[in-house]
Amino acid sequence: MIKTRISLSLLAVMLAAALPVQAGPVSGYDYLTPDMQAMQNDEFGNPGMLAVEAGEQLFSLLGDNGKSCASCHGEQGEKLDVHRLARYPVYSKALQRPVTLRGRILLCRKDRMGGPPLEYGSAQALQLETFVRHLARGQSVDVDVSGPMAPYYAAGEKLYHTRYGQVDIACHQCHDYHAGQNFRGQVLTQGQTNGFPVYRFTEGQVVGLQERITQCLTNLRAEPYAIGSPQYLDLEIYMSARSNGLKIETPAVRY
Amino acid sequence: MHMKPTRHVCLLLLAATVSPPQPVTAAEPTAAQQPYQHWHAENYAIEQPLGGLVGVPERGRAIAGDQHRGNCLACHELPIPEENFYGNLGPPLAGIGSRQSVGMIRLHVVDQASFNPETVMPGFYRAPQQLNRVAPSLRGTTWLTAQEVEDVVAWLATLK
Repeated sequence: MIKTRISLSLLAVMLAAALPVQAGPVSGYDYLTPDMQAMQNDEFGNPGMLAVEAGEQLFSLLGDNGKSCASCHGEQGEKLDVHRLARYPVYSKALQRPVTLRGRILLCRKDRMGGPPLEYGSAQALQLETFVRHLARGQSVDVDVSGPMAPYYAAGEKLYHTRYGQVDIACHQCHDYHAGQNFRGQVLTQGQTNGFPVYRFTEGQVVGLQERITQCLTNLRAEPYAIGSPQYLDLEIYMSARSNGLKIETPAVRY
Repeated sequence: MHMKPTRHVCLLLLAATVSPPQPVTAAEPTAAQQPYQHWHAENYAIEQPLGGLVGVPERGRAIAGDQHRGNCLACHELPIPEENFYGNLGPPLAGIGSRQSVGMIRLHVVDQASFNPETVMPGFYRAPQQLNRVAPSLRGTTWLTAQEVEDVVAWLATLK
């Protein structure tokens, strides 16, 4: 009896020790102070909503052929399938390559609306992405990295585990090993993507995932990749799949 | 870090005017750096000071607390009470001079990854050619100069 109890308590200790490894992805939201969580939850207090509103305006802006996003997808984007939005980045059979949500919006604008095309790194592209992604708020991230996506995922995983810059740290060394700990005055998160584009409190603006990685690499005293580059695409695919199952929070509020 | 204004408007204004604690920033490179001083580690220690330089503890304390130079507080609690924020990725360093020899402290500051490959601690004097994709303006340089490393090591060694 005593033996059973001892082994049971031993089992409990072992289980508790194993938990951090087995626990699934944790949203950056869970690392925020209650003040910041309340700010994100409040439609009117969430400063990221300004980008959503700007994106909503652009959604109805006519392209050169007289069509807007709204012409096909509805005034509020209500004809978009939110389940499909949660699956981005996806593999495009037509293009024979993966496409991010922002990339899809830009393709639509160029091909279906007759342009003028938007730069991948432009403010308008980011605002449109923020508005569209916001429509899928509450949906679970559901990125499929099987089949033709597998090599891109593998390449992204490799980059995520590559040391960068004079600081010489890889993404996983902070975000896999030290999430929840303090880096100076900030709490490190797992670096999950479900809140992107996010309103960054320390920046005072909304940033996309690739812009955020650029900030991280700059802090590592590294040379960032270009927004829209193949390396960032690989990283976005790996990091998005890493967030599978988390609810989309766009626009999340983060430090 | 816990800001508690009563209204979100205040938060918005703050976001625009106050700069909260910043992570490591790509500061302007330090003054022209001397040629890289090669070092030799044995038994988890670098016994010889880099370039034979002598460290000054007071300077080392200033470098450790400066977020554009050593930025040690980003990850460590240190006996620098005038600085409010510190991280806890690494262990507190009060008393480190009693726990480690000067040579061991020196190797930790210079290149901890050389004996602990998965450490999150940067190598402040890691050989530049071992680094990947360094910002163009910083290529060929080390984070701290050999003199700065010796200053920091000299100060840490006083923390008994």
